[in-house]
This record gives sequence, C-alpha cells and structure tokens, in this order.
Amino acid sequence: MALYSNVIRDRFRRPRFRGTLERPDVAGEDVNPLCGDRVRIQGRLENGRLTEARWSGDCCAISAASADLLLEMMQGQPASLARELTTASLLERLDSDIRPSRMKCVALPLSVLQGALKMEATR
Amino acid sequence: MSMGEKCRADFPILRRIVHGHPLVFLDSAASSQKPVAVIEAIQRYYETNHANVHRSIHTLGEEATERYEAARDAVRAFIGAASRDEIIFTRGTTEGINLVAQAVGRTLGPGDEIIVTEMEHHSNLIPWQMACRDHGAVLRAIPVIGEGHLDLDAFGRLLSERTKVVALAHVSNVLGTINPVAQVVEQAHRVGALVLVDAAQSVPHLPVDVAAIGADFFAFSGHKMLGPTGIGVLYGRRAVLERLEPAWGGGEMIKEVWIDHAQWNDLPWRFEPGTPPIAEAIGLHAAVEYLGKLGMSPVAAHEQALTAAALEALAPIPGVTLYGPRNPEMKGAVVAFNVEGLHPHDGAALLDQHGIAVRAGHHCAQPLMKRLGIVGTLRASFSVYNTAEDVQRLAEAVAALRGEL
Repeated sequence: MALYSNVIRDRFRRPRFRGTLERPDVAGEDVNPLCGDRVRIQGRLENGRLTEARWSGDCCAISAASADLLLEMMQGQPASLARELTTASLLERLDSDIRPSRMKCVALPLSVLQGALKMEATR
Repeated sequence: MSMGEKCRADFPILRRIVHGHPLVFLDSAASSQKPVAVIEAIQRYYETNHANVHRSIHTLGEEATERYEAARDAVRAFIGAASRDEIIFTRGTTEGINLVAQAVGRTLGPGDEIIVTEMEHHSNLIPWQMACRDHGAVLRAIPVIGEGHLDLDAFGRLLSERTKVVALAHVSNVLGTINPVAQVVEQAHRVGALVLVDAAQSVPHLPVDVAAIGADFFAFSGHKMLGPTGIGVLYGRRAVLERLEPAWGGGEMIKEVWIDHAQWNDLPWRFEPGTPPIAEAIGLHAAVEYLGKLGMSPVAAHEQALTAAALEALAPIPGVTLYGPRNPEMKGAVVAFNVEGLHPHDGAALLDQHGIAVRAGHHCAQPLMKRLGIVGTLRASFSVYNTAEDVQRLAEAVAALRGEL
C-alpha cells in the first residue's frame, strides 16, 4: 500500500469541499497536537440533515483528504450518521499506509465535525 | 577523508537501510546517534561494575561510584567549569531548566520579572510560565527580528531592576541562530539578574567555555551529544548554587535527617535526589571523550561546512523557503526550510521514503512559528557523522518533492 494513495493526492490537489460558509448553522475547530494544524468545519442543517458543509485550515495532505472525504460522505446525510463514523471508515477510503504517528491527522476532521454537531468523538 | 567519512564507521546505526535506501540521518538536533564507544561503555558497566552509587560499602558500589563521579570530572573539563561541584547530573535539558525554575522561582515575588526570547524551545518557556504563575512574577520576551536574531535594543529596554532571570537559548533549535550569550550575561548581571543558557544545541556542536561566557546556569542533554538518553547536565555557578534551596527532596541530597527537618548535602549532590542515571553518566563520559578526541573546534568547522553546503544547495530549488541566518558562520548545524504547497509532515514522510530522516513540525517552538507566520518547517540538522553526500542526497530529494504529491 502506498504512503500517499491516489485518493490522497487527488483530494489534496483538488479538494471538493474546501472553503467556508456564510452564517453556518454548526461550526467547530480543533488543533492537532502533533503539528499544531487547525481544522475548521462549518455546516448547514435542514431537518436534521447536513445539506452543505465546508472545511478549511492549513493542514497536511492526510488531514485534507480525510476532511474532504468525510464531508463527501456526510453530504445530504442525517447529522446522526457522524456518530457512527470512525477513523476506520476514513482509513478504508484513504487507501494508504497511514503510520500510527499520522493517525491523528486522519481522526482530526471527524472529531471536529462531531464536536460541531455536539456529539462525543468516536475513535 | 572528511570528519564525517571517518566518523561514520563508529556509528553502527548508519548502516541501516530504510525503505531500500542507505539511511541519511539528518535529525541529530532532536537526538544524535551513538558511537560504539558509548554503547560498549554502557554494556561494560552493566556487565562488570553495576551497583548503586554512594554509601555502598562493597567493591561494585565503590567502582560504580568512582565511575559515576569520573563522568562528572570529564563533563567539568569538557565545558570549562571551575569546579566539579558545579556539575549536576539531571535527566536532560528540560529537567535542568525545571530545576532552576523551581529553585529560583521560590525566590521570586509579585512584580519580579523573567525575560525569555521568542525563539525559545518550549522547555525553556513553560517552566518559566509556571514559575511566574506560582509566584506572581511577570514573563517578558525578547522579540526575534530580521533573519532570526534577537532584538538586543528591545532587550536593553526590557531589562530593569525588576528582572530576576534571563533565560535564553545559546543556539536556536529552529533558526540555528547563535545568540550573543556573553553580551546578554554582561547586561543582565549589571542589574543583578541571573542568566540561564539553554545549551542543548550548543554544547554538542561548538566549543563552549562556561566560565568565559559567565552565565549562572547552562543546561544540556547527553543524548544530543552522542551520549545516551536519560542523562543531562545542569551547570550552576557555585556562588549561585550555594545560596539556592534544593528543588526536590529525597535520598542522597541530605547530610542528616530528623523526622521534622533535614540538613542538606554538599554540592553537587544537594541537587541530585534519588538514584542517579549511573550507566547513562558513564555513557555520557564516553561521548565526551569521543568529542574531545575529535576536538570541538574541528567539529564546529565540519558542521559549519555542511550547513553552508546545505544552504547553498537548497536555496536555488524552486519553492524552497529557508529560515534563519543565511550566513553559516552565524548559525549552528541546523537548516530549517519549507517547500511551497507542501505541509512539513508530508515533506518529511516523503523524504523518509528516500531513507532521509529529517524533523518536521513546530520543533517545540510554537511562539516562534507564530512569529514567522507558519505552522512548521522541515529541519535538517548535522552531526560529526554527516557527509557532503548526505547534503547532496537531501538536496536531490527536496528538489523532487513537489512532484511527489
């Protein structure tokens, strides 16, 4: 398995959900203690569904790809889906040889989204 | 043959193959590798001499004590301290600084001030933040200006009768800047302030004469100077140590004990409670001997040549930004840089695929990163065993980085 799969390269070069929203319904941000990177996520909710979401922050390719895939998975879905997602669900899609030292890079966007939705973080 | 080519053979780990490539180890500022002499000294000690030091009335205990105390003498000579009483063994630079921050902290009161710099490693910042919090003192910082130098005019303005401690790095672990510590000491002593020098990045790489510089404290680590982890040195000027209360209590640091009070031991043991890192001190002794044989002036010249070569090779690569002084004579053996569009952790992970080990991130200097307006950097750092070929392989790999992600 590659260190950086084509999925990561593609999401890093051409993120689909990077950006910010005006007057979001939910928002969260947190810092990766490994590197001090900050990831922000904003979203709009309609009838309990995440109709629109964007992420921002200067972060590594792994965090960027993880955030972008996460928001794609959540697009139009009930907010409660975020509770069921785990780092493993993201790892499967990232398709890369993620080392233990970089696992926080994968997990950070998920915990930020769960925080924004006032949920307890899963692993 | 260059120093690097000669020394390489003494470091078994440099024969490692990483991801199919011979290892290029450029992370010695974080922790250096160990020569056979150090590894064997520790093994020999455990195989033949080990017992607890001090107060052991048997052969092994006496041998261990003799060797532990011989390490202290070797360190004293290596840094030019006047007396062995001034050499306190610690677990590392961080513990040495915490020891001073706690012991000196107790003498602080509201309105007193401590001056640090914007380029400090967290280990020379957080202990002072805690001392200020506990004793109502105020923390001030000398700004970093230009290519990464201390604003000495601002230091002059910060310094006052209220200043009790000035704590600064001898060599920045990110910028590589060699700070004018002797000048800082002279100014600080004029107002009666104590000076602590974080020497973690200087003692392993430059000739350091503590008596000539005149600072009250120097803290450094064994593992960054070819020695083992778990051992460090705090040098303290005798006149200052004599009037300080011990930071921590325990066995070994006392002369006589009653149930409600105790009389402290002599220097330096007063500041060494508990069983010390004996094997580590003996390993450090071997490291100091190894560096002593090479000579610290030739070591500094060798590393400066590598730093100069790295600056020259990296500067013209498109997208590369260098941090810190560009004049290699003004810096230690570290080169911090970034590659446009690439997070430092991705850069380090990609370089690792080529067998090249560099540090990446904020290097425990977040206030400096904030000052530079970046999240982190890549950092290549050099030691006695690095060669011109290492620098060349780094430059070639960095030049190819942007195409890899």
